[in-house]
Parts: sequence; structure tokens; C-alpha cells
Amino acid sequence: MTARLRWRKFVSGFMLTMTGICALVAVSVLFFILGYLVYHGGRSINWSFFTKLPKPVGETGGGMANAIVGSAKLLVVASMLGVPVGFLGAVYLAEFSGSNVAFVVRYAADLLNGVPSIVIGIFAYSLVVLPFKHFSTLAGGFALGLMMIPITLRSTEEFLLAVPRALREAAMALGASKWKTIATVIVPAAYRGILTAVLLAFARVAGETAPLLFTAFGNRFWSPGWNQPTASLPVMIFTYAVAPYEDWHRQAWAAGLVLLGLILVINIVARAILARGIAVPRA
Amino acid sequence: MKRITTTLLVALALALTVVVLAHAALSINGAGATFPYPMYSKWFDEYQKKDSSVQINYQSIGSGGGIKQVTEGTVDFGASDGPMNDEQLKAFQEKHGFGILHFPTVLGADVPTYNIPGVSAALNFTPEALAGIFLGKITKWNDPAITSMNKGVNLPGNDIVVVHRSDGSGTTYIWTDYLSKVSQEWKNKVGTGTSVNWPVGLGGKGNEGVTGQIKNAPNSIGYVELIYAASNNIPYGNVKNSSGAFIKADLNSVSAAAAAAAQTMPDDFRVSITNPPGKTAYPIASFTWLLIPEKFSDGAKRDAIKGFLKWMMTSGQEYAPSLSYAKLPKEVIVKEEKALGKIQ
Amino acid sequence: MAATTTVPSAGPIPGSRSFLSRLREGDEIARLVTFLFAASVVLVTLLLIFELWQGSVLPRHKFGLLFLVTRVWDPIAEQFGALPFIYGTLMTATVALAIAVPLGIGAAVFLAELAPARLSDALEFFIDLLAAVPSVIYGLLGVFIVVPLMRDYVQPGLKNTLGFLPLFSGPAYGIGFLTAGIVLTIMVIPYIISVSREVLLSVPRDQREAALGLGSTRWESTWKVVVPFARGGIMGSIFLALARALGETMAVTMVIGNTPTISASLLSPGYSIAAVIANEFTEATGDMYLQALIELGLVLFLLTFVLNGLARLLIVITSQRGSGRAHA
Repeated sequence: MTARLRWRKFVSGFMLTMTGICALVAVSVLFFILGYLVYHGGRSINWSFFTKLPKPVGETGGGMANAIVGSAKLLVVASMLGVPVGFLGAVYLAEFSGSNVAFVVRYAADLLNGVPSIVIGIFAYSLVVLPFKHFSTLAGGFALGLMMIPITLRSTEEFLLAVPRALREAAMALGASKWKTIATVIVPAAYRGILTAVLLAFARVAGETAPLLFTAFGNRFWSPGWNQPTASLPVMIFTYAVAPYEDWHRQAWAAGLVLLGLILVINIVARAILARGIAVPRA
Repeated sequence: MKRITTTLLVALALALTVVVLAHAALSINGAGATFPYPMYSKWFDEYQKKDSSVQINYQSIGSGGGIKQVTEGTVDFGASDGPMNDEQLKAFQEKHGFGILHFPTVLGADVPTYNIPGVSAALNFTPEALAGIFLGKITKWNDPAITSMNKGVNLPGNDIVVVHRSDGSGTTYIWTDYLSKVSQEWKNKVGTGTSVNWPVGLGGKGNEGVTGQIKNAPNSIGYVELIYAASNNIPYGNVKNSSGAFIKADLNSVSAAAAAAAQTMPDDFRVSITNPPGKTAYPIASFTWLLIPEKFSDGAKRDAIKGFLKWMMTSGQEYAPSLSYAKLPKEVIVKEEKALGKIQ
Repeated sequence: MAATTTVPSAGPIPGSRSFLSRLREGDEIARLVTFLFAASVVLVTLLLIFELWQGSVLPRHKFGLLFLVTRVWDPIAEQFGALPFIYGTLMTATVALAIAVPLGIGAAVFLAELAPARLSDALEFFIDLLAAVPSVIYGLLGVFIVVPLMRDYVQPGLKNTLGFLPLFSGPAYGIGFLTAGIVLTIMVIPYIISVSREVLLSVPRDQREAALGLGSTRWESTWKVVVPFARGGIMGSIFLALARALGETMAVTMVIGNTPTISASLLSPGYSIAAVIANEFTEATGDMYLQALIELGLVLFLLTFVLNGLARLLIVITSQRGSGRAHA
């Protein structure tokens, strides 16, 4: 073996080991984050966290019950906007539209997807908060729903298009009209993928904080109805983390664990659903 | 599978509806100053216990935010430690067709709080020293301007880390109002306001954020409301007042600061009590105000707010001292009770 | 993750409508309804752009393009300039990419070329989960872990060794450009890894085999043949990561120091566009102030718009170069 070859082999081994180290570093960061969160959050979670309201400033104890419910309500509103628009829009793109319209809609969806979440917050503030003269769950849900639309739209479209043409043609041949084909054959065939898309969009917006800062605002109490400001987990984490009170830090960790746990569970479930395969509907 | 999902969803919907309906109290929203936030959060919590049909939700986003949102009409009332200036009052009038009233609630103090390794004593600060630090001209802790007033304290030669507010703040207003009165250079270069162009320093959001920053950053100094420093066990300094004495902020010195103003309180309650006369007066104290619109279209809200204000002026005041806020002078309370009638 | 390649839509099957005219109405209704929803996406996006444009009319008229290069941000004097925020946004993103790109591509190479398939898939699964962690949690970790680490160990260490460089001058606060950049690194690395890995995996085997057959070492075939082949997709992933880093709000505002400063030092506190909007929006009294913040939002939107466009372009170009499927 020549010296040059020995050198090249050495470089090869060295560089490939470096890549292994890169991967190790990247993955260990994840495990470290999860571990730290589980450790600190786990120590702080207790029953009152889930059931009590926040206490006055400086007093220890209390919980984030209103933030948990608030986040749930926000996600309900967001889904009511994001899912129908994304789903039905995708049906249009996959089944009815010509390629020009499809291009424009896809482009708009990608554009919307790329908008920084704080800018979505500004938009929701001018569109919902100002005219109604209220910070509200509706405004916060609207902002989150906007963020859900592109994700559900593009993914649903992909899964609808992946349904084999044979299925469509078979339904048509049996005399079904277009919309009936879609409703009874195509969508059920793609339902796994669509469900995954919805879940992933859900998980994405569940953790968003910035758009809620000037839409849902915040609430120390329960938020009645849908037109009042509401507490939410991500905003509470932010507020408590930058404050000086140790008890608030403890609660922020607990909230972080709950939030992250929720999001990871949704992600894992979504991927599991998808891994079971798409297409062929069950009888 | 489908049936299970549907039943789960229906159950969830029912649960949410129950939760939502079960708490249909009258909800009033306010936002503003972080300066009195510990006081207000205690008050609104206590008031809710006393009258559970009313729920007053207060968000501490800074005095600037309070003024802005009450003017926009997105909250029912605001709160600020920097009184609204004429321009802001006019803007409110033009937007709504009626005016907005200031109601003082408690007295508080801005204290210079710091985190110097090895120093737990209360340092003495002269107005010149404070102005110099915040102008960025005094950069080290062992600068003569500071050491000369604090013989016996071992001040290190470390760089001073200045912390100020990053958001629009009444606490900033009080601080800059004081500095403008004691330093011509400050007045020319920076001025008074809720949001100023700081020559140096890091920004923290709210009194909470600044306190958090100071706790975490060695060699830092910032200005926060008294309770934030006290309850977090961070040392804060004494400030030299107009009579030449170094005064520590506490209930007595803050009340003394308001004593002169209490006699000459204007009808709209907007007054500054920084750098006041008085041997025992603390120089950087202030009233803090609730900003209440003159008219309410919702009668229930108006009555609820008036009810709270009445309670605040009487029973509410008793909660103040335990949180290191000074009670309002009696003359001011008398005037306020009369002013209540202005809310329609 | 959504695909970006244009796939032809499954259009109506010819002949099916003509003899089922009774059902035509149902179809037309379905078409109309779904069209309205699809159109609403376009409308809402246009409305957003319009609101950003209209909502910033005052400062645009007063300052024009100078807004982008003015340093002063003075709400009292009503002088607004975007430069400190643009600087902070770009600075933190640069730091993030400087660390994330080598680390991410290295990890992707490992996962695509070296790791056994099962390990690669398992690790990819975890990395995708990392991408799903919300930004406020990164902020939480940043405040309580990264900042003390930076303040007590990393920054003093940097100052002792490289302190003569203007890059590491000034006091070690713990917060600042470097810290924000590091938090952003952790946030964008999953994007670089997963997209690069996919693109590398889709490089045809014959490319590798040809290189190896010609006598190159494993590393050489990877670095000099496979990676350049996948260059477009990798660049695309970098642009996507950059777009995310630019728009990031919460994690940055919790660790950057919230001071509109322009400084060559990485240890200095600073401000980013998203952070200043988050901090000052609810309290911007006065139309000029509020609209200046909206104009900042417009600037940020345009920045991410251009970058996303470039990213998609690169990824499309890669896919057309015949390296198989590309994934965004």
C-alpha cells in the first residue's frame, strides 16, 4: 500500500467517524432535552397542577387547570377552521381542479405555511381582536387554525392523489357520481393519511405561543365561553419561565412536560397510523 | 373503531360545554402595569372570593400596554404607573367620544436592585451615581461615585451590567421621571417616558423579567418595584433624597413622599411625587392608577367595576402593607370616592 | 411534510357525466363547495399580505427604504429603523447555520451512508420528534440550561482563549447573539438532517458503485460523488432551516437580551424582528409606533418568502435532475 493510499484510508476512516459523532451529538441533544424535561417536570407535577387555578403573584401553589382547558378550547376552534378548509380544499385540488388553479392554491398554501407565527398573530389581531374589541379564544383559535390549513391541505392532497386510479374508475363504472365516489371510496381509502395529516397539524399548533400573545391574551381565571381571553399552556410557560419566582419556574417545567408529552404522543400515534399503510379500505 | 371515536368526541364536547357553562360569571378584563401586579392579583383574587359573580382578569403587560389596549377598547380597564399624558387622553376621547379617569390605588416605589457577588448590604446611591450608571458613564462597581458613599463595602472592579425594561413601562416612567429631575444630562439625552432610548443595558420584560435577569446576571443593576426585590430576596439600595438623607424604600418613606402631594392633589389625580420635599421621603415613589373609562355601555360591568373600586378604597387598602405597598393618603381616598360618581 | 412536486390531479373521467345528468347537480355543488374552500386559502393569504402592506403605510411613507438601514429605534421621538433587528435576526441565524450545517450534514451522511437501515430509521424517528418540540420549550431549556452554561463556562472560556477577537469581546452576560444562535441550532438541525438524509438516500446506487469501482475510499465516494449529486436538495434543506431560524420568536426572545444593539461581538445582547414584535406589539401607543412594528413584520415576511422560494426552487431542480424522488 502506498503512503498516499494509507493517508486516504485514514482520512476516510476519520471523516466517517466524525459523521458518526455528529449523529451522536444531534441525537444526544434530543435525549438530554427529553430527560431534563421529564426529570424537572416530573418532580413538579402534582394533582393541583391539573385541577387548581393560578394563585396570586408571589404565593406558592396553585395550578394551571385553566391553561389546560384553554389550550383545549383553542385547539377546538383551530380545528374547526383548519380541518374543513384544509380537507375540502385538498379534495378540490385532487379531484376537481385544473392544473393552473391547483398551482395557485398550492403556492398560496406554501406561502401561508412559511409565514412566521408572530406575523400570523399580527394578522389575527387586526382581523379578529380589533373589530370585536376583545381578546378571545376565537381570535387565538383563528390564528392557530390559519397555521393548520397549509399542513392539512398539502398532506391531504397528497394522500388523496395516492389512491389508485383503479378504485376511482371502478366506482365510476358502477355508476357512482363524482362526489359519491369521493365520499364513499376515495376518502375512506385515504383516511389514514388524512388522519395523520390532521394529527400532525394539531401537534404543530398545540405548542405555538407567539400568535397567542395578542389574540388569546391570558386569563388568571376560567375563561367563560369563546369570546373572552384565555390562558393557554404555551403562554403560561413563557410567562412563568421569565419571572423570578421559583414556584413559577417549577410550574413552568411541569407545563412543559405536559405540553411536550401531548405533542410527542400525538406525533407517535400519527406515525403509527401511517406506518400501518394507506390505500385499501377495509370492508 | 368509528363508534369509539365518535363516542369519545361527543364525550369531549360535552365535557367542554360543561366546563364552559359552569363558569359563566361576569368577566371583566383589564391589562397594564406590572408595578402593582402583585397587589392587583391579590385584590382580584380576594374580590372574586367575596363576590363570585364577578371575575376580574388582569394581565400584566406593562403600563404602555395598559394604556394602548384600554384605548383600543379590547380591555375594559387599564392600569399604569405613568399617568396618561394629554395626547393620550385626547386620543382616547377622540376614539370613544368620552374621557377616561385615573384612580390611584396604592403607593409603590422603584428601587435600585443589584446582584453583586459578595455584596449583600444595602448600598447608598446618589442621584448622580444612578444617572451616571444608567447613562453608561459609570461602568465599574468600584467607581468612586459609588465607593465614596459606601465606605466599608468591598465593591469589585467588575463591569456593571445595566438592566432595564424592554416593554412600555410605568416603572420606567417613574425611574426616568426621577432621573430627568435630578440630571440635566439625562433630561436632554434620554428624557421621560414609558419607553425610552436606553444608552446602555439589557432588556427584561415586565418587572418580573427584570427581576429574573438581575437574579441570573452577576454584577447587574436594575430598577424594579419594591415588592419584586423584597420577595425575591435581592438586595436593593438606599437613595439620597432632596434633603440629603439616604432613604430606604418602605411604607413610611413612601407614604412620606406622598404627603405633600396629597394636600394638593389635582382633580384628575395625575401627579408625580418623585424627588419630593420632606426629610424622610423616599425620592423614587409613585402612585399607580387604574384607568377607567367614563362611560360603560354594559351596566352590569359598570356596577361591578364601581363595586370593586369602592371595596378597593376601603377593605382593599388593608392588604397593601403586607405586600409592601403603602396605603393611599386619606385625603386622596375622600377625593376618589367623590370621583366615583363620574363613571356612568 | 408536504410534497412540493407538481403532481397532475386526477381529473374527471371523460364520459362519466354525460349519461348521469341527474347526478350532475350533486357534482356541481361538490365542485363549487370545495372550490370555495380552496379559494379561501388564496384569499386569506392575499388578505394577510394586504393587511401587512396597508398596516404599515405611515412608516413606509415617512421613512421609505431608509427604514431598512436606520439604526435608531426611538418610540418617543418616533424615529424607527429596522437595522438592529435585521442584524440580530441575520446574526443569530448565521450562528445557527454555522453550527447546524456541518453537524447536520455530517449526521445525515452517517445516517444515509453508514448506519444500518434499522438504526438509521430509528434515529430518524427520534430526530423527527425533535422537530416537533415547540419553540417555547426550547426557550425554557435555553433560559435554565443554556444561559447559565454560557455565562459560567462557555463564554468566559471563549473570552480567555479568543477574547482578542472582536467577535468575543465585551462582558459575558450569558444571553446574547451566541446563546440565541445555539438555541436556534438545536431547533433547525432536525430539518437539515431529515431532508439531507432523504436526498442522500435517493442518490442512485450506481453513482456510489461507480466511484468505489474506480478505487475511491468510502469517504471519497461519499464526499466527492454522492453529496455533490444531492447538493440541490441539501441546499434546499439549509434554506428551509434558515427560514425557520429567521421566523423563530419565543426561544429567541427568552435568551437574546432584548436590546436593539448592533455589535460585532457574539457575546453582546441583541434583538430580532420577531422578538421585538412579540415584546412591544401590545403596548405600541401611537399609530406610527404600531405600524413600524407591522412594517417589521412585513420585512420578516418578505425575507422568509424569498428564502422559501429559493428552497423550493432548489429542491425542484434537484428532483428534475433525475435523482429520484425529492422531499421537502
